[in-house]
Amino acid sequence: MCLAIPGKVLEINGDKGLIDISGMKVETFLNLLEDVKIGDYILIHAGFAIERLPEEEAMERFKLFKEMEILG
Amino acid sequence: MSEIIKEYIKKISPICKMLEEKEISFMEVCGTHTMAISKSGIRDILPEKIRLISGPGCPVCVTSPGDIDGMIKLSDLPDVIITTFGDMIRVPGSNRNSLEIKKADGADIRIIYNPVEAVDMAEKNSDKKVIFLAVGFETTVPGIASAIIEAEKRKTENFFIYPANKVIPPAMRALVMDKQIGIKGFICPGHVSVITGANPYRFLAEDYGIPCVIAGFEPLDIIISIYKLLLQLHEKRASVEIEYSPWVRPEGNIKARDIIYKIFKECDAVWRGLGVIPGSGLSLKEEYSYRDGRKLLKEEIPSVPETAGCRCGEVLKGLIRPPECELFGHVCTPVNPVGPCMVSSEGSCSVYYKYSDG
Repeated sequence: MCLAIPGKVLEINGDKGLIDISGMKVETFLNLLEDVKIGDYILIHAGFAIERLPEEEAMERFKLFKEMEILG
Repeated sequence: MSEIIKEYIKKISPICKMLEEKEISFMEVCGTHTMAISKSGIRDILPEKIRLISGPGCPVCVTSPGDIDGMIKLSDLPDVIITTFGDMIRVPGSNRNSLEIKKADGADIRIIYNPVEAVDMAEKNSDKKVIFLAVGFETTVPGIASAIIEAEKRKTENFFIYPANKVIPPAMRALVMDKQIGIKGFICPGHVSVITGANPYRFLAEDYGIPCVIAGFEPLDIIISIYKLLLQLHEKRASVEIEYSPWVRPEGNIKARDIIYKIFKECDAVWRGLGVIPGSGLSLKEEYSYRDGRKLLKEEIPSVPETAGCRCGEVLKGLIRPPECELFGHVCTPVNPVGPCMVSSEGSCSVYYKYSDG
């Protein structure tokens, strides 16, 4: 039940955002997060964004994660 | 199997050999981990010594039979719309009744994805009482608390919840204290920890010496987490490490937690198979308690015993594997489930049945 999926913020309208999840556009509540910006990556669970990563940080973290995987 | 996973297995084997224990049991307490572990066949590639056991990580499965009966009773009331996440609908209460059976008999029971949909429904149906069955762990509760805040804002007075949410760390304490289970490390839940952060698990490491690793959901995440748990055991230390680092921050999501505790307060709760666990439930604070749907029932909700023959309780504690239950696979199947662990797609029995992970 605690499944969550990542997406990218396309638009912000008040407490809600339009999110790109692998090409699908979905409306999600953003009220659980501070300072969400267009381009941020967010983690979505049951219609709510539960965490965010600014675009650059997301790229950096995922890159680090990949490197860690490669280096073992 | 990817090269990188093979590399980790190569590192895991010698550490495993060096450890004195005959058997090393690591428990995951997240249904999504239960699914990921069985689906990927990780158990087959680990050294024999390592036993991965599934704990009470499926919120539907741990909902007490008494609460299931209470929810079913609510659906009998006139002018009521029951709203729920899909997993709840087939869970049998006592007497094998379920919301699905009630729905077939004409009760107005609707599956929703986002709790705020229930508030919208209440606005559109002002002559009805709309009750959302609030089930789920820390990941799900902020959305439910937000729905209540939304109902308050819109003055939607016909929106109620059946409060049955639970928090995981007190259950982990209960599991560690049960020496029969013998847990040597926890694979901590990734998405629960997005909200809670690492702190709520620290007592497990500091007071009980149990290593904890917050894990992601890919097979590699789980293998790395097992490796990290073994390293802690080998180095005779216990701490809380975050493997799911792209998303879990040590401090968690503070705003989401503030929203939870604006609406809810901790209470004792009954878990199926585990009994009453102090401080493991969430009830509505006094000022929102008029939205407690249980009050619409004129009677007390009695506690009811577990279904005869069903060993979900032992499965939830990791004491037996699902195939060890006499009902598994013939009397109890996903099409005709006896216990909740066979109903929910992430219940241990259903996962074992699907992936033949005997």
